[in-house]
Amino acid sequence: MASRGRASPDHPDSRGRASPDHPGNGRGTGSSTARAAVLGRIRAATRTEAAQPMTVPRDYATRSPLAGPAVTDRFAERVAEYRASVHRIAPGEVAERVVVLARERSARRIVVAPGVPEDWRPDGIELVADRSLASSVLDGIDGVLSGCALAIAETGTIVLDGTARSGRRALTLVPDWHACVVSADQVVGSVPEAIAGLREAATAGRPLTFVSGPSATSDIELRRVEGVHGPRRLDVLLVEG
Amino acid sequence: MRVALFVTCLVDTLFPRAGIATVKVLERAGCEVEFPADQTCCGQMHRNTGASVEAARLARRLPDVFAGYDVIVTPSASCAATVRETTDLGVFELSEFLVRELGVEDVGASFPHRVTYHPTCHSLRALRVGDAPLRLLRAVRGLELVELPEARECCGFGGTFAIKNADVSLAMLDDKLRCVRETGAAVCTAADCSCLMHIGGGLRRAGDYVRTLHLAEILAS
Amino acid sequence: MKVGDPQLRRNLRAATRGIRQKRNAVVAEVEDWEELRVAGEAIKRDAMGRLDVLLEQLEDAVTRAGGKVHWARDAVEANAVIGDLVAGHDAREVVKVKSLTTDEIELNQALERRGITAIETDLAELIVQLSDDWPSHILVPAIHRNRSEIRDVFARELGLEGLSDDPEELTDAARRHLRQAFLRARVGVSGANFGIAETGTVGVVESEGNGRMCTTLPPVLITVMGIEKVLPAWRDLEVFLQLLPRSSTGERMNPYTSLWTGVSEDDGPGEFHLVLLDNGRTRVLADEVGRDALHCIRCSACLNVCPVYERVGGHAYGSIYPGPIGAILTPQLRGIPGDADELPWASSLCGACADVCPVKIDIPRLLVHLRSRVGGSDPALRLMGWAMAGRRRFEAAQLGRVPGMRTGIGMGAWTKGRDLPPPPRETFRQWWRRTRG
Repeated sequence: MASRGRASPDHPDSRGRASPDHPGNGRGTGSSTARAAVLGRIRAATRTEAAQPMTVPRDYATRSPLAGPAVTDRFAERVAEYRASVHRIAPGEVAERVVVLARERSARRIVVAPGVPEDWRPDGIELVADRSLASSVLDGIDGVLSGCALAIAETGTIVLDGTARSGRRALTLVPDWHACVVSADQVVGSVPEAIAGLREAATAGRPLTFVSGPSATSDIELRRVEGVHGPRRLDVLLVEG
Repeated sequence: MRVALFVTCLVDTLFPRAGIATVKVLERAGCEVEFPADQTCCGQMHRNTGASVEAARLARRLPDVFAGYDVIVTPSASCAATVRETTDLGVFELSEFLVRELGVEDVGASFPHRVTYHPTCHSLRALRVGDAPLRLLRAVRGLELVELPEARECCGFGGTFAIKNADVSLAMLDDKLRCVRETGAAVCTAADCSCLMHIGGGLRRAGDYVRTLHLAEILAS
Repeated sequence: MKVGDPQLRRNLRAATRGIRQKRNAVVAEVEDWEELRVAGEAIKRDAMGRLDVLLEQLEDAVTRAGGKVHWARDAVEANAVIGDLVAGHDAREVVKVKSLTTDEIELNQALERRGITAIETDLAELIVQLSDDWPSHILVPAIHRNRSEIRDVFARELGLEGLSDDPEELTDAARRHLRQAFLRARVGVSGANFGIAETGTVGVVESEGNGRMCTTLPPVLITVMGIEKVLPAWRDLEVFLQLLPRSSTGERMNPYTSLWTGVSEDDGPGEFHLVLLDNGRTRVLADEVGRDALHCIRCSACLNVCPVYERVGGHAYGSIYPGPIGAILTPQLRGIPGDADELPWASSLCGACADVCPVKIDIPRLLVHLRSRVGGSDPALRLMGWAMAGRRRFEAAQLGRVPGMRTGIGMGAWTKGRDLPPPPRETFRQWWRRTRG
């Protein structure tokens, strides 16, 4: 069952529907036997069940009761509780704020997500374009500037969706400082609204990352320590107006 | 109102005073109490220990034993829960019956002592009697009610658990007794004689002055 | 079960009570918590009812997105698949995110036997691994260790002299040590909190960022997922992303949740393998009552309220899954009769677990059900059951006239720490007959 390295786009294993006769994964007879066995066991175990889906009672709230500026306020409040820093600014102030923060964070070089608009990009600090930079190179860069797909007020969460504006995943993971621009109209009230808003991205198979504060652990005597492997500093630039 | 008393095998055999007190309290509240003598046991112990055949046999007897009674009252929260789960009979634990069915909180009792109340797991989670026992206790003349710290923690009885896992059961009992002592109460009460047997047994072994009394015994004073 | 040593019990009590309070606070904020639990339970029940269809859908969606799906009947098979994949890439090490499923199949040991090192990257798992120990709590596996013990382990195993026992310094040491591993690793291994059949999305919910590291940086990713983790629809995440973080770490949302589908061009691993694991789950599924244990989302809320777990600790359950969920899952996974038959008895049936379970698993009901499957009910009790089934026999037994009755049941264990109640002068019914006729 040895792998043959990265499957090329034309390799029958990596694309294309799994037909009923195809083992479904090109691994050979071993796994297709296992597949048949497991499915067989499941069918034997549940033979008394109806094949139709059960109705799931969804009486929970699918929308936040908050609206308008209250949503943005809640988001700012909740993010601050995670000890990420929130900066509420006007449109056009992004670039200058990034410079100020970079100075505070002693960041000289930052990588920029490719879809970040021109007017977010500050002068006075070295900007590195992401040309499939190796992770070890990213490790030597002080910070990253990106946008996001949306944000959730209730939980103080930012969602990155792997598009140009969010950047590929490694970008917002390896550098120690993440400055993320969230526009007020990107903030939704609740988790259900966020999941609905991300359906398209999910269906298109884009990788999604939910970020709620800087990374943390409570593994040593349950004392919460911030900053393990993700960026230890997270600055949220909340653009309103 | 005519009610049947389901006294339960434990109370019948080892804690008759709780049963007698239950009768007294119900009569004071204006009920006509009858005791169908064919009653024996609800089968809880058997049900919980996987002796399902014996448990079913005992549960099957109940509708005949209590035939003709719309209302059955019992001094045991755990037995009330069991009967509700295994039959369609209208059974109530004493405190929920008094407070929620009869709307009575003052049963004319007088008990001038400091008392703490332990909410047993069945009364708390299976029956959800809520604060019914506390309302009844607060209406007792002269009674000083002290809140039990960490009240919702299980006392460690758990039926045969107390024997099969005696060490853990006793560790849990230790913590419960510590909390009881912290209240400075003279009496610890509850809606289940089973838990009180365990708590009381621990207090007596320690030579403690704190007594255990079933809720009904206080209400009948 | 044996009561744990005082240090363990102190650590556990502090830990569990702390998380409990946080959990209660964030749950109290959620007005529709009950409705979410009801939905969560229904989604899981629905999923178990059509598990085969959903797994095929998931496989299809993952495959179309460029991933490869493997099926494993048991631990041996899963470890073989994974070992072959790693060896096939000429990799001698993998970086791993904490995954109970991989602990369950003892993947690390299997890889070790093939000369492959599995580097644990969760801080607690790193501690457990470096001290050659075993996790004692689903969520906080090193809860049984205090900071100076951890400092000693790091100093010794990572060669770090002069390290203090300050948690921040310890964490920083771990960060620097592991970053090198993340950057050089060619293969990452993870578990999965769920796999969405509708879209092929696989997800990992975490706090430290090592999950992101392992699922993003290495060019090859292998994810091991228990078959019961499949969820029918994308929409279902809106329920579980609320239930899980609040129940497990007592947060509104955990720091990082990573969701990916197959492979993405120029973003993350170019090769993704999903290993679907049975390893006894279909056995659990075959018990119409017991199968509710498969609804578990591994939040550990039940552990944090269990009076038995608090006093005996995780190791006492002899399994990766301790506490209330362990008591109902492990015996079924291992098979009954089996070496976990004692577990359903390790409970006072207090019900605190059922109150906090985010998917409403009726753990006490399942414990009782499993007690009848594993056996072990007392013969003296059965004798009592016979006696109680008739009025006259009952009354005779009350008066001690049935041999072996009154003292039949383990009186030795009772009187170990408690007095027996003094025998009353008359039974209730004797009083009733005497006074009421």
